[in-house]
Amino acid sequence: MGIGTFILVSVVKIAVALFVLLTAVAYTVWLERKVVGRIQNRWGPTRVGPFGLLQPAADGIKFLFKEDLTPPHVYKPLYIAAPVIAVVFALTSIAVIPVGNWVNVGHIYTPLQITDVNIGLLIVLGITSLGVYGIALSGWSSNNKYSLLGGLRASAQMISYEIALGLSLVGVLILSGSMSLREIVQAQSGHFLGFIPNWNIFRGGQFVAFFIYLMAAYAETNRIPFDLPEAETELVAGYHTEYSAMKFAMFFMAEYANMITVACLAALLFLGGWSGPVFGPDILQAILPVFWFALRIFIFLFIYIWVRGTLPRFRYDQLMSFGWKFLLPLAIANLVITALVVVLKG
Amino acid sequence: MVPLPYYLILSGILFACGVTGFLIKRNIITIFISIELMLNGVNLSFVAFAAQWGKLSGQVFVFFVMVVAAAEAAVGLAIIIAVYRTRETLNVDQVNLLKL
Amino acid sequence: MISVHLVLFLIFGAVCVAGAINLLAQSHPINSALSLVVVMGALAVEYLLLGAEFVAAVQVIVYAGAIMVLFVFVIMLLNAGTEERTKGGSYVAMIVGIPGMLAGSALVAWVLLTHSGTKSVVAGALPGSPAQVAPLLFHEFLLPFEVTSILVLVAIMGAVVLASHPNSDPKKEKT
Repeated sequence: MGIGTFILVSVVKIAVALFVLLTAVAYTVWLERKVVGRIQNRWGPTRVGPFGLLQPAADGIKFLFKEDLTPPHVYKPLYIAAPVIAVVFALTSIAVIPVGNWVNVGHIYTPLQITDVNIGLLIVLGITSLGVYGIALSGWSSNNKYSLLGGLRASAQMISYEIALGLSLVGVLILSGSMSLREIVQAQSGHFLGFIPNWNIFRGGQFVAFFIYLMAAYAETNRIPFDLPEAETELVAGYHTEYSAMKFAMFFMAEYANMITVACLAALLFLGGWSGPVFGPDILQAILPVFWFALRIFIFLFIYIWVRGTLPRFRYDQLMSFGWKFLLPLAIANLVITALVVVLKG
Repeated sequence: MVPLPYYLILSGILFACGVTGFLIKRNIITIFISIELMLNGVNLSFVAFAAQWGKLSGQVFVFFVMVVAAAEAAVGLAIIIAVYRTRETLNVDQVNLLKL
Repeated sequence: MISVHLVLFLIFGAVCVAGAINLLAQSHPINSALSLVVVMGALAVEYLLLGAEFVAAVQVIVYAGAIMVLFVFVIMLLNAGTEERTKGGSYVAMIVGIPGMLAGSALVAWVLLTHSGTKSVVAGALPGSPAQVAPLLFHEFLLPFEVTSILVLVAIMGAVVLASHPNSDPKKEKT
């Protein structure tokens, strides 16, 4: 296709992806409030709209109209830049995540992905690494001991679990032979033993890696049971103590967008991406894979929220020793065993 | 097409800024950051020449430079922490006695 | 001739130089560290323009995402304030030195551009995907690879020992 069409198609894809991601973030908040409410034997939001479905809209309007306080003792440039950094990096990783096959829209044949880079997985890992800056800088620029402690702890936790996260993915890379997310999904197509799908968690034997990834993902996104840095009873509110209104909303959005990115990666790398029964006319053939992908993400987010409502949180030293002394050796062992099996199978 | 000397000039500018920072700054951490800037400038030269002569060894060497920079940063920052604990200052001009 | 490659190189080259000069101009080390992160990000794009995608990804993940986070940590931990200017800097050195250095670099740049006889670097000249770098890394350069892994291990041990609290020395007498 010509350069003009290419740019137009890309801009449309970016706009749609951002819109869908931001709506998903808002409704993940709704889902969390409902599910945690039910776990705690209460209703959750019910008043605004049916089943409280308009609650995120009401929250958005509230955040826009709230007074945006900037305390006088903060270091202004970084105080304002930190939530922006957090949210920008959280929203950027959607650029390399595929949600479906190639589709034919009119006369344009395009993949359902903003761009298919052949180091897509490394890009997502790189963006996750850069997201640590938002938290570290917000903790420091707030000029407040609780924020500084929360920021330092959160950043130390995130960089420690990034290693276990990355290593748990290397088994998948060995099996797929490529770092492009689309090719990893395509390597998981088909079935074996008749009916079990060829996903990396079954055929590839990466169930240990999946659980390491799950736990490292909870720590990366600062969620219970690893959320000591933002625990209210421990550190006031950790690194976002001094933030109000829109800046706080940006941290909030960044956290949920990170959750969604991590869920997307798990679906792509371990659960077979968008594979599922596809039937019907052309338009259904294009949309059904997206539906199966969204179903996997929904299940993953539901598990996230379920764990949040159920488990208590780790103490900080328990958290760090869990990451370094248990998950990291386990991830390395998984890598060695996967490599051995791949070599021995020829 | 970008002529190779453009990459070399950019690499040289970065290296020169690193050397300048190393010489004029007084804070230990900023001096260390200037060292990292020098290493980055050199990395760019390596990759540019790798592309020029068509040998991938240049890129592999950049990988090794990064790993060595990581090790050096870890040890160097630990030394800086130890210096701060004993001398209570980060100004190199005041770290001028072998024994306090 | 003006190509997209040249325009992108100039834009990100300008970002690199601006970041480097900002690093020198700032007085607080946190601003210098963040300027260096910007320089590293722009350099990663320059590597991508040269086709070195693995090196660009490693630059972002390792250099900008781990080493610089370590720097920012230490700055936050030590509460490094704005640095003090040492008295007795020479104004003459600054007035003569900066134009002198600029003249020297302009001379070197002119010589390089006109007399070096090298050809232009095409965008993505040398494909540097992980699949192509890996055989070199694990066959030709296996010994340096293993040696750097031991180096990193030694560095970890050294950093832990150097940064540990002096009060935890069990040989300290408590009478």
